[in-house]
Amino acid sequence: MNPTHALRCLLGILTREALRFVHQRERFIAALVRPMVWLLIFAAGFRAALGISIVEPYDTYIEYEVYIVPGLVAMIQLFNGMQSSLSMVYDREMGSMRTLLVCPLPRWYLLLCKLLAGTLVSILQVYAFLAAAAAFGIVLPVSGYFAVLPALIICGLMLGAFGMVLSSLIRQLENFAGIMNFVIFPTFFLSPALYPLWKMQESSDFLYQLCSLNPFTYVVELVRFSLYGQLNGMAAIFVAGALLTCMSLAVYAYDPGRGMVGRKRAGS
Amino acid sequence: MFVTMALLSPQLKNNERKKTMNAPHLHALEISKISYNFGAKKALENVNFTIRPGEFKVLLGPNGAGKTTLFSLITRLYDTSSGKISVNGTALNEHPAGALARMGVVFQQPTLDLDLSVRQNLLYHAALHGLSKGDAFQRMDVELSRLGMHDRMGERVRNLNGGHRRRVEIARALLHQPDLLLLDEPTVGLDVPSRRDIVEHVHALSDQDGIAVLWATHLIDEVESGDSVIVLHHGNVLADGPVSKVVEENQSSDIAEAFDVLTRRRAE
Repeated sequence: MNPTHALRCLLGILTREALRFVHQRERFIAALVRPMVWLLIFAAGFRAALGISIVEPYDTYIEYEVYIVPGLVAMIQLFNGMQSSLSMVYDREMGSMRTLLVCPLPRWYLLLCKLLAGTLVSILQVYAFLAAAAAFGIVLPVSGYFAVLPALIICGLMLGAFGMVLSSLIRQLENFAGIMNFVIFPTFFLSPALYPLWKMQESSDFLYQLCSLNPFTYVVELVRFSLYGQLNGMAAIFVAGALLTCMSLAVYAYDPGRGMVGRKRAGS
Repeated sequence: MFVTMALLSPQLKNNERKKTMNAPHLHALEISKISYNFGAKKALENVNFTIRPGEFKVLLGPNGAGKTTLFSLITRLYDTSSGKISVNGTALNEHPAGALARMGVVFQQPTLDLDLSVRQNLLYHAALHGLSKGDAFQRMDVELSRLGMHDRMGERVRNLNGGHRRRVEIARALLHQPDLLLLDEPTVGLDVPSRRDIVEHVHALSDQDGIAVLWATHLIDEVESGDSVIVLHHGNVLADGPVSKVVEENQSSDIAEAFDVLTRRRAE
């Protein structure tokens, strides 16, 4: 692989994704409004019902709004990962995925570029949300805004790769709406995004075990600790492992010889 | 230093490609013993043919004949363990990037980003093929001018009619100066004048630039008397050769009649 060619290709894909993002203002607004609704309305209602005791990485009692910020950051990346894969299903139906895949570079590299582009967009969305949250008085340690960046990259890639695997399993856009409901909501609610897991364990040990197996749990915790300048090693390992697994599955799925994508599309 | 820089330039590498293309012993495209199944359904059965540099070959077959499947195999969206596909002597399964770099493809489905301008769409494609910005702009000027689309460069693709969008896709496929141009039913959905324009233009490309063309269609009136034709029916090649030869061999007055004779004989 010629490094100059590889770099130009990466920049081309990043530019295209950024341009599409700029043109789709509704997508940006939706990405911002969704977590803000949770933060300003849901959290206000739940503050009274749900007292948060001291859990790591917090060193004191915190307000519920503060607790759910990392979960909402992770939610933005989860939605974005799914949305990127939605765009891949769309691209495949419309044919532009074909344009990408016939480009003379290794398939795994093209998929990685696509993932990086989706991650870039999700990071822009996250920082826009953190800025909006700060405007409403939910301010995090300044160092946390920088320390969270590596976590956002690895989590964004992992969730994007997860979405990519899903996109390879879906033949048409219509099927994707169902998958969004069946995947996004269970993934989100079986995690410490909205409540600490010890609370879940008090209610149901079975659900707690499911939460412990959910990679999104580790995404939330990695982001949470990073926002306070700390590294949760266990979460980082789980997320990195999930990234490698999902990426391998995505490369397999989009492999012309073995994958499901080609087989699913019985052409004329 | 200059030598190294020159070697890295895709433009110059393309010139080298042209020299290779002119080597008389090579076929621009060689399809040898290709078969492909979708589960139990045979899509292609022992397909063999070649295209010489500068040859315009029409792949003629009704819907469901296997044209798109064959295109997907040539562009490596699908893979098959049987047979061999070579582009200018480069085996697709052994050196996919080398073979893909020599192809320009116009897919049946529209593949342009509607919300981006013509320029942005073409720059994206140029980046995928490793062209520098300078080379990309120069090539865009040449190809869009030839297709009469130069003054539309800044327009959003959404504002272009179907015929103009197709022209942009053809210009895009030629940006990296391929030796082989593949077009999968490129005139589907276009009005008669737009269809005629595109057929004439691609013939001119083949004549003037020596580009080998594989043009898939189910529309018999797109076949010109000087073309070569492959008749594909139910995944089998029923005829392959100059139009005059195919007409004569089937004791017909024109290619439409020869096509009827061939497909009817097959049905019997």
